[in-house]
Amino acid sequence: MTPMNPTPLMEVRNLTKRFGGLVAVNDVSFAVQEGEILSVIGPNGAGKSTLFKLASSFLTPTSGRVFFRGEDVTSQSPHIAARKGIVRTFQETTIFRNMTALDNVVVAHHLRSRASLPGFFFGTKTAGEDEKRFRESASEILNYLGLGDVRDMIASTLPHGHLRALGIAIGMAADPKLLLLDEPFAGMNSEETTQAIRMVRGIRDRGVTIILVEHDMSAVMTISDRIVVLNFGKKIAEGTPAGIQNDELVIEAYLGREDENEEDVNEENVNEENGDEETQESNASSRKAGIENVP
Amino acid sequence: MTKVKTALGASLFLLVYLVLIPWLFREQPYRLGVLTTASVLSLISAGVWLMFYIGRINMGQGGFALVGGYSAAILVSKLGLSFWAALIGAGFITVVISVLVGLPLLRLKGVYFSMITLSLTETARLTAQSFPSLTNGTKGILNLPLPGALKIAGFTLIPDFASIDKHFAFYFLGAFLTILGFASLYRIVNSRLGWLFRSLQQNEDLASSFGVDVPRLRVIALAICAAFAGTGGAFFVTMQQSVYPATFTFQDSTYFLLYCFLGGLGSVWGAFVGAFVLFLSFEMLQGLNQFQPLIYSLIMIGMMLWLPNGLLSIKLPFSFNFFSKAGGPACKPEEEAGQP
Ligand SMILES: Nc1ncnc2c1ncn2[C@@H]1O[C@H](COP(=O)(O)OP(=O)(O)OP(=O)(O)O)[C@@H](O)[C@H]1O
Ligand SMILES: [Mg+2]
Repeated sequence: MTPMNPTPLMEVRNLTKRFGGLVAVNDVSFAVQEGEILSVIGPNGAGKSTLFKLASSFLTPTSGRVFFRGEDVTSQSPHIAARKGIVRTFQETTIFRNMTALDNVVVAHHLRSRASLPGFFFGTKTAGEDEKRFRESASEILNYLGLGDVRDMIASTLPHGHLRALGIAIGMAADPKLLLLDEPFAGMNSEETTQAIRMVRGIRDRGVTIILVEHDMSAVMTISDRIVVLNFGKKIAEGTPAGIQNDELVIEAYLGREDENEEDVNEENVNEENGDEETQESNASSRKAGIENVP
Repeated sequence: MTKVKTALGASLFLLVYLVLIPWLFREQPYRLGVLTTASVLSLISAGVWLMFYIGRINMGQGGFALVGGYSAAILVSKLGLSFWAALIGAGFITVVISVLVGLPLLRLKGVYFSMITLSLTETARLTAQSFPSLTNGTKGILNLPLPGALKIAGFTLIPDFASIDKHFAFYFLGAFLTILGFASLYRIVNSRLGWLFRSLQQNEDLASSFGVDVPRLRVIALAICAAFAGTGGAFFVTMQQSVYPATFTFQDSTYFLLYCFLGGLGSVWGAFVGAFVLFLSFEMLQGLNQFQPLIYSLIMIGMMLWLPNGLLSIKLPFSFNFFSKAGGPACKPEEEAGQP
């Protein structure tokens, strides 16, 4: 168990997000301590990405608050959140497709510039130094994430695994205190995942606290200090990997004890119609797929 | 090596633009006037090009140019300012208006932004008609004086246009403003600002995830765009010595887009090349004037089909780095991609 510090790095309190009749995130509270790796897991559509968007100010919660180092940071602009050190990556691979890998990361150093925009326009000394610093730091980040060899390739030509890593590299360039990684290992084979796990740990060891969403259960169990489990927008469990694996509710959610889940759905999505049965089925099947991965 | 090439290209271009052309047309004031107009149209189009660069299609540049034109005319004729003060004042007023208009409008993405800007030119025209005490309504403001001498600390920098050959004077002033405009654009695109603009064009969410103040940068881009329009409009109106509500029409706004398309969105010089090629071709084919909109539309469609990255994307047999270098990777706006 992690000792509870007086002020966690980030705390979300009673976060709720509604999209019309759908409650994507329902009264979720948890905290992450500095230096932790916290995973958020849950079946498809559980509200994990929405939670990330709320935490990084990309979405405004319907109710509830987000605190960063004790300061209320709810519903500010995303770039302000980034300036404070809350940086997210994207579930769908999101990079600047027409730029080289290196340029992607150089641009992302924006927050570290000392020169002003006019300074860059007129090419002042500070601006020149900034550029130089950014390039060095970007090369360093790329080397660290194993992208050193492809740094001069246009991003759109890179294979999927490299793109996931590039997404993380962009996040790191912003000098985060808290990095929110949305499915960083998606689409990686087990070898790539093992390597990526090592990298994420390394990032944490550099002093960056990490919250990640991931479907790869064995990766989650290996990497996490603690795990928060969401199902239908609600937090159903929180604890260490060992504790979560034995949690009744979690096993239920993943195995999808059909009768009970049916009730859950009816309770929460009253407005939804028959067409949704397909979604439920696919949810249930992906849950089964999920639990098979648990070591 | 590339630096030498760039310097060589730039010198060659300046030699043609500032020496050869005026010398060739020294006895043809009409032709010189046409070339001056091409310069100022390219300057105004440069603003549209910059909006393309952040992934926005600005269909209202004619409106901003009209604001600049009227501002200059009013500052000169009603307030008695010199042309030089009015030129700067007009640029300033246009920028202020663009910021006021841009703050709400730039929240709209993709086609929605374009649709709204579509109406800006009409709005500007109707506004010009609705305040006759200031703008003389549909009659317009006529008989604007030629630019007087520009003196700094008693030293005459530029002589009174009435005392010299005004066609040459306007040609050189237009060329100077155009060079200044495109040099600024080149610097913008090749400095960090350019990187940030490209990041907006490609993915605004990703840009804000690493701390870019996306709304502010969008407004900055529009303000620069409007500065080009305002200055260009003020210059054009002074050259014509008059301004009407129809000095810049909706049609002009779409032509500015077309110049950018034709020249190419991937190169800083796209708007310049596009404006000169298209505008001058039409001047040479006078008889076709009545078909101009039709032919422009056909060119627009043809460009999209066969040459989506513009004339400057055509590979010349010798590599002329000066043109192809600046814009970075091909910059087709992807504004619709991934927007809800
Ligand atoms: N912008 C939106 N508008 C309406 N509904 C949304 C929106 N974003 C998400 N949702 C809905 O909210 C629910 C939670 O979505 P979310 O993307 O957070 O799930 P997730 O846990 O990340 O799922 P996955 O594992 O598939 O990525 C889903 O039912 C989704 O359809
Ligand atoms: Mg998700």
